[in-house]
Amino acid sequence: MTIPDDARPRLARGFRLKRDEVRNAWVLLAPERVIQPNPVAAEILRRCDGARTLAEIVDDLAASFSAPRERIDADVRALLSDMAGKRMITV
Amino acid sequence: MTHQPQAPSRPLAAPLGLLAELTHRCALGCPYCSNPLELEARSRELGTDEWRRVFSEAARLGVLQIHLSGGEPALRRDILDLVRHCSAEGLYTNLITSGVGYKPELIRGLADAGLDHVQLSVQDIEPGEADRIAGYRGAFAVKREIARQVIEAGLPLTINAVVHRANVDRAPDLVRMALEWGAQRVEIAHTQYYGWALTNRTLLLPPRDAALRAIAAVEALKAELQDLIAVDHVLPDYHADYPKACMGGWGRRILNVTPAGKVLPCHASEGIPGLTFWNVSEHGLAEIWQDNPAFNAYRGTGWMQEPCLSCSRREIDFGGCRCQAMMMTGDPAATDPVCKLSPHHARVAQALAEEQPAPDKNEYVYRRLTVSNSPKRTPG
Repeated sequence: MTIPDDARPRLARGFRLKRDEVRNAWVLLAPERVIQPNPVAAEILRRCDGARTLAEIVDDLAASFSAPRERIDADVRALLSDMAGKRMITV
Repeated sequence: MTHQPQAPSRPLAAPLGLLAELTHRCALGCPYCSNPLELEARSRELGTDEWRRVFSEAARLGVLQIHLSGGEPALRRDILDLVRHCSAEGLYTNLITSGVGYKPELIRGLADAGLDHVQLSVQDIEPGEADRIAGYRGAFAVKREIARQVIEAGLPLTINAVVHRANVDRAPDLVRMALEWGAQRVEIAHTQYYGWALTNRTLLLPPRDAALRAIAAVEALKAELQDLIAVDHVLPDYHADYPKACMGGWGRRILNVTPAGKVLPCHASEGIPGLTFWNVSEHGLAEIWQDNPAFNAYRGTGWMQEPCLSCSRREIDFGGCRCQAMMMTGDPAATDPVCKLSPHHARVAQALAEEQPAPDKNEYVYRRLTVSNSPKRTPG
């Protein structure tokens, strides 16, 4: 799935990203399971609030982590299209 | 049964989920119900404040998901209050419901209260047969309406169907039905033989070829429909080579709280002799998780015997199911006999050989909560 730059991704109903203070980690709560996103995925998903566009999320991540925009863009698209395919996010 | 409970050697991880059996009351009489044969009467149920305290303690302990179950959890008059409380504690709440015995509009209220997910049971795709299995006329139609309400409220829906002799040929149709009803997940669970299902085993156990056909058909659909619906296929372990990692390991991920407040490592663990389960009215949840000897009895791998003890799979399946080991070998610390490496594996084949011709209708022992002070039954 190709996600346009102006898409405003957010987690689908039934999926909730939460800071788990007991385990000191981000957790993605899902129907009948708990997923532990890797640190990169957690940073991306934290920004998928349905308000920010894909382009804005990539800009923010590139600035926050002083990383090349193209690489961040590729990472974000790969994660979000995979998750959209699994109906875990809506774009 | 000389097994001595031992404390686990590694630091104890926090539980991920808590299954709250809010009540054993339920309109349905499913002959494979996972509740114990001895059901708790309403008068023994924990009150609202006690459940709220349990959920708050669970959140502090590290529990992330609360599975509101029963019986039928929506029969509790305080269900909205309890969901609101869990939601305020940041807990992910899952309603495991029969769909029967309450007004369908309740679903909207639950969504507004912060409910995250609904799991709805369905007995068959044919209404008449579904109602016969559930022991309740009209159940199927009510469930259909509840599913509509769930979708309308924007809540994600899982359909759960237990597969056994009477519906095994329609297991793939149940997947398609779940998709048609708007579910994003469907669980096709072959019957596990504990409690009421054990009582009804000869009537529930499908012929081996029918079970294998159903498994192949559901696996094929799972691949075919993967972009449309997630299929969670719980295989019949009587036909498997290795046991399931029961509860993801004893005392490792899940707590189960009964309607009267007893805390169990799994809903069937009361069938294991020699264990004393603590109650939330006398102990804090964290204390129970760490210190109740019943939780430490089969935690980790230290309690294992051979062939589990030296097995490379010992931290994959944790020796399988303690209750099944108890039922089929008399020793809860034995390897689950479902495992092909178990010295008692032949007993599984024996149970399968007890297969009987298709039963006449209405022979099930339906799961019913009848009298509050029924005589004690011994497990098995």
